[in-house]
Amino acid sequence: MTSWTPNRSPVAAPHVHGRTAIPQVMRTVLLALLPATATGVWLFGWPALNMIVLSIAGCVAAEAAALAIGRRALAHTLADGSAVVTGLILALCLPPWAPWWLPLLGGAFAIVVGKQVFGGLGQNVLNPAMLARVALLVSFPLEMTAWVAPQPLFSAAAPGFLEGLAITFGTVAAPDAVSAATALAPLKTGGEFASGAALIALGLGTVPGSLGETSALALLAGGALLIARRIVPWQIPVALLGTLALLAAIFNQIDPAHYAPPLLHVLGGSALMCAFFIATDPVGAPVTPSGRLIFGAGIGALIYAIRTWGGYPEGVAFAVLLLNAATPLIDHLVRPRRYGRLRSGAPLPVIPKEDGR
Amino acid sequence: MKIFRFRGGIHPEGNKDPTACHPIARLPLPKRLYIPLQQHIGEPAAPEVRVGQHVLKGQRLARHQGSVSAPVHAPTSGTVVAIGDHMAPHPSGLPVQTITLESDGEERWVDTEPAVDPFSLSRAEVSARVRDAGIVGLGGAAFPAAVKLDAGNRHPIETLIINGGECEPYLTCDDRLMREGAGYVVEGVRLIASGLGARRTVIAIEDNKPEALEAMRAAAAAHPGITVLRVPSRYPMGSEKQLVSTVTGLEIPAGKLSAEIGVSVHNVGTALAVCRAVRFAKPLVSRVVTMGGGAIRSPRNVVVPIGTPVADLVEFCGGFTVTPSRVLMGGPMMGQVLPGLEAPVVKGTSGIIALTAAEVHAASQRACLHCGRCVDVCPVGLVPLDLAARVRAGRIDDAAELGMGDCLSCGCCAYVCPAHLPLAHLFNYAKGEIAARREAQRKAEDTRKLAEARRLRLAAEIAAKAARRSARSSDSTEIGS
Repeated sequence: MTSWTPNRSPVAAPHVHGRTAIPQVMRTVLLALLPATATGVWLFGWPALNMIVLSIAGCVAAEAAALAIGRRALAHTLADGSAVVTGLILALCLPPWAPWWLPLLGGAFAIVVGKQVFGGLGQNVLNPAMLARVALLVSFPLEMTAWVAPQPLFSAAAPGFLEGLAITFGTVAAPDAVSAATALAPLKTGGEFASGAALIALGLGTVPGSLGETSALALLAGGALLIARRIVPWQIPVALLGTLALLAAIFNQIDPAHYAPPLLHVLGGSALMCAFFIATDPVGAPVTPSGRLIFGAGIGALIYAIRTWGGYPEGVAFAVLLLNAATPLIDHLVRPRRYGRLRSGAPLPVIPKEDGR
Repeated sequence: MKIFRFRGGIHPEGNKDPTACHPIARLPLPKRLYIPLQQHIGEPAAPEVRVGQHVLKGQRLARHQGSVSAPVHAPTSGTVVAIGDHMAPHPSGLPVQTITLESDGEERWVDTEPAVDPFSLSRAEVSARVRDAGIVGLGGAAFPAAVKLDAGNRHPIETLIINGGECEPYLTCDDRLMREGAGYVVEGVRLIASGLGARRTVIAIEDNKPEALEAMRAAAAAHPGITVLRVPSRYPMGSEKQLVSTVTGLEIPAGKLSAEIGVSVHNVGTALAVCRAVRFAKPLVSRVVTMGGGAIRSPRNVVVPIGTPVADLVEFCGGFTVTPSRVLMGGPMMGQVLPGLEAPVVKGTSGIIALTAAEVHAASQRACLHCGRCVDVCPVGLVPLDLAARVRAGRIDDAAELGMGDCLSCGCCAYVCPAHLPLAHLFNYAKGEIAARREAQRKAEDTRKLAEARRLRLAAEIAAKAARRSARSSDSTEIGS
């Protein structure tokens, strides 16, 4: 057989392609979030699972509606999986026993205001999930800070499936007895900083906190997967956590009673979640290695500043949004040097003889 | 020897084994050959035969014209049956001036100059023989080789680099050439080195070709001026700029020639052609072509007369097993889609690659995620996603400002893009647009200069006339007085 009909609208090279594609990237992110998600559901029970389902449903429904209104390819765009990732990340950032409308509203806000009004995936300036988190925190401070102590699934005190539905859909109030303070609370309200066994609890996640952000080990496992698969660049998490730990160590050395130790800053709150899954969202992050270091360090410094001197116990969402806004500037200022040119863009001077380096 | 690392680059699947393991086969003489007059960068050759004329193998069919050009020769003996348009091996499929030769099957060589001791020739004689043999860069760029040799007269050449990188996936013609003809290749290399007056010679071969490395080391062992260097397999290692950096640690300054920093780069196939031309006075009339890709039934390397229709080659290799998704001339990273199988093999044809749909791995485009993978792999240090956004918005001048002109079209960015954006496609368009604008600007400038010159000339004529008149009137006054 030698028959072949040439393509009448030929494309330029390359004619082969690497195996990386956006849907596969999103699937890997979901896989990397699985340990944190599973730990969250196990620790906080059925209401947590309801939160995840509702948040993802809110995001996907909002995405579908926005695409339909904009008359854009529905199935093709939904298949990129980005709305599911946003929904899951948002759910993992919320209090695990929040009422049903919180994740639904947050998901819709993240997609519509955070992403689609800018033109959809890749066009948004700010991280959609963090924008929704901030919007919810500012609008509903009470619901957004109603932390519960972990009640592992199938343990005696844990709510059953129907009870979980009742908690989520607000037919019964969450029992007051289970409300609790997070590990970062002493930063604002004073009191003893966690140490020793309490830090181990932070590692495992058996502490009050956001749905998927309590277990440092689960987050680290997911983060390691993302870095190993080269889905996220290592510069952002390393610079972020390094800066946060460094600042915490310096101030903790100065006054240990007043400034929390670095381990608490890194393990408690949302720092790990942010370092591996939120700050690394490529859409709002710089594209060069040095730009990413600046970006990560900036977030780390802002997280420390907001936690220590700001009005909120947790500054992750604000820090990410501020650095998202600075990304175009970072990308403008930090560019790779071009081959055969000086940093200024002028051609290299001609040195006719090899210098024998 | 120290090896330097160049920025970026990728590791595409090599897919070289199916062709690298077979010896080079010889194509039976095709009935008709289609020899385009432009097979090189520069001016097309000017035909000097007429229709109906009988020509011998190696006889010049068209002479070079202009400083950057190359002649073309008859790949076999036979009759010129047409001089006119034939499909070019270019995606446009537009016709180009082509000499059609019907072979007489006798392969009778024209009387060539007697073989000489090539090392007794002067630099100018070597360069003249290379030019008269119609040799162009056989790595794919098809730049006239003699022009590069002559550049050695203007700039002292410290290092001659012989490019045995062959970093394009699928292609193995240089690999097989080095394995089977290492002795001739090394002699060609020495001739190029003496033609350039190069102080040292480095033959750079990617480490995925151990047999070629071995063969070349053995052939070059007797020549202390030649180093056979094992370089890592990383695309685009075979690109001139990246190879120069890998071997010397120097960068070619933007807008300059490699000769200006004392480096000259030639391909191994070119070296073999130089050996044939200078020692045996044989012009370039055939080349090795890799017939590869998943859709070819018997993939292998073939020695092919220039001008052979691709269809003949495909048939020789058993045809297609499935209908190919794309048939390419050149490798999959930088090659071009063929407009049809009637297009001929030319001097720059390193391979014919028939890819199946699975190999192409095409997917629909998605939105740019800003992930920066394209920035990581760009060997030039460009920010492809920024360039693409500007080109798509029609802001060509902004793209030029960001370094569009420095793009190599290597395709690394498009290869890794998870959104499957046709980045290299956009950049080729933009570079064409920039060249067209520069040309238009140059024309406008010429017109303005001509108009200005005319205005000045007219003004001068009027002034001269007035001066003559006043001189005459003052003369007459004098006479009258």
